[in-house]
Amino acid sequence: MAHKSIFMSMLADDRGGKIFLSLLAIVTIVLPLLNLAVAQDSAFHISTFTITLMGKYLCYALLAIALDLVWGYCGILSLGHAAFFALGGYAMGMYLMRQIGDRGVYGNPELPDFMVFLNWESLPWYWYGFDQFWFAMLMAMLIPGVLAYLFGWLAFRSRVTGVYLSIITQALTYALMLAFFRNEMGFGGNNGLTDFKEILGFSLQQDATRVGLFVITALMLAIGYLVSRFIVTSKLGRVVVAVRDAEDRARFIGYKVESFKLWVFVFSAVLAGIAGALYVPQVGIINPGEFSPLNSIELVVWVAVGGRGLLYGAVLGAILVNFSKTYLTAALPEVWLFALGALFIIVTVFLPKGIVGLLQQMKARKVKEQKNESP
Amino acid sequence: MKLPCITGHLKCLLLLLMLCLSVLTINPVLAASGDEQFMNALQQLTAKKFNQKSQAISEIENSRHSQVKPVLNALLTGNLYYRKSDKVVFIVQKQDETFQLIDVLSDQQVAEVGKRTLKKISINNTLRSQLRSIIARVDLSDPNADVRRSAVQDMMKDMSLDAVNLLQEQLVIERSEIVKETIQVAIALYDIKSDDKATKLNAINALGDSVHPEANNLLKYVVSKDADGNYVENDLELRLAAQNAISTVETKLKIYSFAETLFFGVSLGSVLLLSAIGLAITFGVMGVINMAHGELMMLGAYTTYVVQLLMPNSIEYSLMVAVPAAFLVAGFVGILIERGVLQFLYGRPLETLLATFGISLILQQVVRSVFSPLNRSVETPEWMSGAWEINSALALTYNRLYIIIFSLIIFALLILILKKTALGLYIRSVSQNREMAKAMGVRSEWVDALTFGLGSGIAGIAGVALSQLTNVGPNLGQAYIIDSFMVVVFGGVGNLWGTFVAAMSLGVVNKFLEPWSGAVLAKIIVLVFIILFIQKRPKGLFPQKGRAGGN
Repeated sequence: MAHKSIFMSMLADDRGGKIFLSLLAIVTIVLPLLNLAVAQDSAFHISTFTITLMGKYLCYALLAIALDLVWGYCGILSLGHAAFFALGGYAMGMYLMRQIGDRGVYGNPELPDFMVFLNWESLPWYWYGFDQFWFAMLMAMLIPGVLAYLFGWLAFRSRVTGVYLSIITQALTYALMLAFFRNEMGFGGNNGLTDFKEILGFSLQQDATRVGLFVITALMLAIGYLVSRFIVTSKLGRVVVAVRDAEDRARFIGYKVESFKLWVFVFSAVLAGIAGALYVPQVGIINPGEFSPLNSIELVVWVAVGGRGLLYGAVLGAILVNFSKTYLTAALPEVWLFALGALFIIVTVFLPKGIVGLLQQMKARKVKEQKNESP
Repeated sequence: MKLPCITGHLKCLLLLLMLCLSVLTINPVLAASGDEQFMNALQQLTAKKFNQKSQAISEIENSRHSQVKPVLNALLTGNLYYRKSDKVVFIVQKQDETFQLIDVLSDQQVAEVGKRTLKKISINNTLRSQLRSIIARVDLSDPNADVRRSAVQDMMKDMSLDAVNLLQEQLVIERSEIVKETIQVAIALYDIKSDDKATKLNAINALGDSVHPEANNLLKYVVSKDADGNYVENDLELRLAAQNAISTVETKLKIYSFAETLFFGVSLGSVLLLSAIGLAITFGVMGVINMAHGELMMLGAYTTYVVQLLMPNSIEYSLMVAVPAAFLVAGFVGILIERGVLQFLYGRPLETLLATFGISLILQQVVRSVFSPLNRSVETPEWMSGAWEINSALALTYNRLYIIIFSLIIFALLILILKKTALGLYIRSVSQNREMAKAMGVRSEWVDALTFGLGSGIAGIAGVALSQLTNVGPNLGQAYIIDSFMVVVFGGVGNLWGTFVAAMSLGVVNKFLEPWSGAVLAKIIVLVFIILFIQKRPKGLFPQKGRAGGN
């Protein structure tokens, strides 16, 4: 029984998670088939654009899981999580930039176009190694992780909590945004990194590559979900929840609160970095706008809308909000900000547990009514 | 019988009419009698002999007519002609082959003629220098100090003995310090070329007192070497004096540039103070994280814009109206926000953050829909534009100066409200111990609404000030919200003096870093510094003491 499967025991009482994973599996199998195997003029054909859009949503969902880990389970409201996402994205972007080689506008085999444009003589040292895929991927996880470690180590050790922590995480992403806007930083300044050609030799313009990226993203999302689920159901996860609910009590019992918080924070940042690295080849650009504090706050709303502390709630929120964003910004651009603003207010005032919370409440009421009726 | 009578009446009427007409025609002549002397003198310019012309020029000057300067300038540049037929003098503008005649008195173009009908009024070198000094004198007696200063600056380019004498006369009666300084530099510029060593030495010392850029250049020239490696100035004593003068000038320049940076820093600090004190109240006193604070400032700025639209003819007074209007508008919106949303969220600061962020998005979109997403231009009243030039190295712009004063006044008023009024007492009591205050009969909900209204109203006032410094657009608020939070957190929540110290020190530090690192990097450094500072002292510079600071 114990060895039967950690996997099954982990999901035993996670009905939402099971539904989510099954849906994800269906989507991952069906969408690529409908794209690649069905003829273009068929009504069932799904365009590559849609596939890429779905891939984007799945990246957001992974990012939302990362935030839910720290916010929903650990009680740390990070208003700078998009920074880790963007850092992962930049690592991937640097790899893709190096893959362009001499096919850039200026045809320089060594330097990306923007560096030639700025009259740079040679590649800065921090770009070394990014022509290797494995190195870039390592960095996409390592850089957000190290930053989160440093930041968290400082902040948790000196017991910066609650609102103060939120504000300084916001300051962090704001500072990074300003820094990446500078041309001198060597990350393309305002324009960021773009004009990517290929990844691991596969052209980014081809449908098959796009579908492949989508499948990989879905896989990573599933893995990310399972690992996160593993963490929150493990002993560590329960301590983390205890820290959220009564930090002082957990500390008095003898747990080193700081290190628990720190490790969850770092893991979450790494997850966000992976999401960013998956995001960039699909959208084809990474620029400093990704660091903007607005993005991080929007991310918080996804999680709040879905319902925090449930992981699959975060996924649901990310996909729902982004789907309506895509729809509204195209159909009624003026309405989008009104809708988003109203969503913030409604969710915080009326739905503190998000949509999942609302569903659970309705179900509980039904059960109660049935009980009342039966006797 | 009756006919002659009627004709007699008619004659009377006619007479009257003629009288009226004659009065009408005579009147302008009477009014223009000041022109007469001027016109007569002009006429004499058509004389052949130069000494006659010279006399005419003096007479023109004596007439003190408003057109003296343009006429003499035209004469100096060879653009003054007279018509051969009637000897009437005109200022002429040459355009291709034709000559446009401009009436001397009215400055209006009256005719366009060929070259042949005109004769140029020629001058010689004596007349030229006479003209130059007269023009300079006219400028120097101008009531506007700026005109006087630029006249001196013009004369500096080409100093003559006459000019020096003129300037020396002016120096005695000159009142403006900055014009005096410029005159002294001009005189020293002439003296330094003299052969007399004592005069030279004096001139060098005089130049050492001035921070005028021209003075500094000249001093550097005195100690420089020419192409052959020889000193331009042979006398060692003079060179040493010049060296000394240079070092005093440089020290002075350093002091002035320090003062200027300090001024910029304080002015940035007061902008930060204005934008942060409203937040300090809502955040510090109520525990509400108001992310819509920036948008309330934006509303204040737009209120200024609307006020100016409503009173386009009295821009000078628009700000006086805009300040209370912005306070009311932003305060009203603030109370709406508090009653509509925030009252359900007390005790959940992170939720207030999200809800108010939603409100900020809605407010931005409202402004975009109502006013367009483009920036609106808010006019700066006359009394706020320009600069207070203390000397040639230090000038303080009036808009920043007024904003510093304004922010100090607002800060003082706020302290007074909190410390001396009943409302302030209630606010403080609720912030310290809500339950106890309720038990004593304070209507805490009412206090909450008013406190939030007060904080929001101050944000609106800050918006009025910002409208004078930056573009008024839907994104105005976003640019300031993070800075404002930094100020409040850095200063210590719930402490207005902490906010004051934090705003000023962050402003000054930022401006002193800027020349060394660039504006963006300076901001990043300050942000990183605050992040690190919060780790060291999580409750800010001046943490609240006692139970109120506990949570």
